[in-house]
Amino acid sequence: MELYSLTIHELQDKLRAGEVTAADILTSVYQRIDQVEGKVHAYITLMKEAAQAQAAAADAAIRNGDIRALTGIPLALKDIYCVQGFTTTCGSRILHNFVPPYDATVVEKLRAAGAVFTGKANMDEFAMGSSTETSYFGVTRNPWDLTRIPGGSSGGSAAAVAADECIAALGSDTGGSIRQPAALCGIVGLKPTYGLVSRYGLAAYASSLDQIGTMARTVEDAALLLGAIAGHDERDSTSFKADVPDYRAELARSKGRWRLGVPKEFFGAGLDPEVGAAVKAAIEHYRATGCEIREVSLPLAAEYAIAVYYLIATAEASSNLARYDGVRYGRRSAKAKDAVDLYYQSRAEGFGDEVKRRIILGTHVLSSGYYDAYYLRAQKVRTLIRNEFTAVLRDCDALLSPTSPTAAFKLGEKSSDPLAMYLTDIYTISVNLAGLPGISVPCGFTTGGLPIGLQIIGRPFDEAGLLSIARHYEQAHGWYSKHPSL
Amino acid sequence: MKITRTEVAHVAHLARLTFREEEMDKFTSQLNDILLYMEKLNSVDTTGIEPMTHATVLHNAFREDIVKPSLANEQSLANAPDPRGEFFRVPKVIE
Repeated sequence: MELYSLTIHELQDKLRAGEVTAADILTSVYQRIDQVEGKVHAYITLMKEAAQAQAAAADAAIRNGDIRALTGIPLALKDIYCVQGFTTTCGSRILHNFVPPYDATVVEKLRAAGAVFTGKANMDEFAMGSSTETSYFGVTRNPWDLTRIPGGSSGGSAAAVAADECIAALGSDTGGSIRQPAALCGIVGLKPTYGLVSRYGLAAYASSLDQIGTMARTVEDAALLLGAIAGHDERDSTSFKADVPDYRAELARSKGRWRLGVPKEFFGAGLDPEVGAAVKAAIEHYRATGCEIREVSLPLAAEYAIAVYYLIATAEASSNLARYDGVRYGRRSAKAKDAVDLYYQSRAEGFGDEVKRRIILGTHVLSSGYYDAYYLRAQKVRTLIRNEFTAVLRDCDALLSPTSPTAAFKLGEKSSDPLAMYLTDIYTISVNLAGLPGISVPCGFTTGGLPIGLQIIGRPFDEAGLLSIARHYEQAHGWYSKHPSL
Repeated sequence: MKITRTEVAHVAHLARLTFREEEMDKFTSQLNDILLYMEKLNSVDTTGIEPMTHATVLHNAFREDIVKPSLANEQSLANAPDPRGEFFRVPKVIE
């Protein structure tokens, strides 16, 4: 096995034993990047020189006996968190030249844990999309089939992990943007409970839904990464003062025999039969190993989540994206006739179509005469959806469902039909509305060789339980040992 | 029609966006499809339901009012498209 295809915990064992150096690992990862990045295009910006300095520092620390949670581990960062001194574009022309003067909290925490940053990963513009096709910097291709999308919006992060162009990565998830690309690329994607991970330094899309999370090859790696980034931060006022357990140690204590709910509405029309069969087989595994499987009902989440999400998320986005005006940072249009025209021209030139569509929709639903009919009503239905989850999670430790209704679709297949694209997030979106943690774990392949994901939805702040349930299945099947041939 | 071309133009103005003519037609048609889909929310009974504004149980996050270092002027201006001295320069606002 090449170093670039190993997991965080395997590499750390080798580093501890003195078998390899952090510099060796980085060299291996960059060799892989040189081999396959031309086909996959997972990255917007590579950070090779800075990564070499980080790897050298990691090796010096190891020589001094200072090995931390992620010492010497090459990670990719979605291009949506601020990294001091490196362009942070959010996949947008309007930020193509923006160099943050500070680090996001998650970046600070990863640095403190000893991580090495390979680069900034591609994404849908401002995280608005489910295929990474709305990026200003070109599409990312699915490593399992280069004619298909990697999912989105964290498609670059997912593709980089799947193609072995990093060991693990961070993404962000507003409506499924970690879990869906993880499912489509055959990796583990964890969206933590809203409030567990600080959003300071994360460019805002929809603030009441955005959450940073982990993308990795195994559940154990997801646990390690989560431990490194979770925790209260006074710079994010929605950050929760929750205890951060040792998630990896919790995995070892895992007991099993959980009570798991299966929302029947998540297996209805629109679900690809092969995806449905793979997910049902995973559910059978839990039943066969002593778990109690219960059919539950989430009628409102299944029927209304997408409508609620696209009203709330676009309303929040229209406000959040008002800051991009060409005045203080980012791209300024050269065509402006006067100060107000500067806003119009800079925004018209700087944003892509999907971002404009969402700003227009959000502005419309917040505007006088429409607010009650759209935005306020959506917020009320959001309450009902959360209540529905609260009720079923009272009796169940977690819920099992597909992550995405289909495996990866073809590039360009849905890009001209926004509503068809929105419907691909049908199983993930309600989890963000309710603020719950969710994870996607590989659960097989289609006959065409495309990965399928099992979504597990947990109780608020019970990431330890969620990870244990995910690992229970993962260990029995070992889908993670398969890598795409590129 | 859930939204007319004139309304899209009005909202675009509010959001400080401009569109070419052919873009206007495409956006109006797509927004109509999307808003038509949103109609389904009208079938939910929301009588007496409180709106949910965020997913946390937190209300106010107070902290001590202490002066801490912030970005230096030079750093704040480092990304400015047209900095001048200590300022962000923009086209003339008042004729």
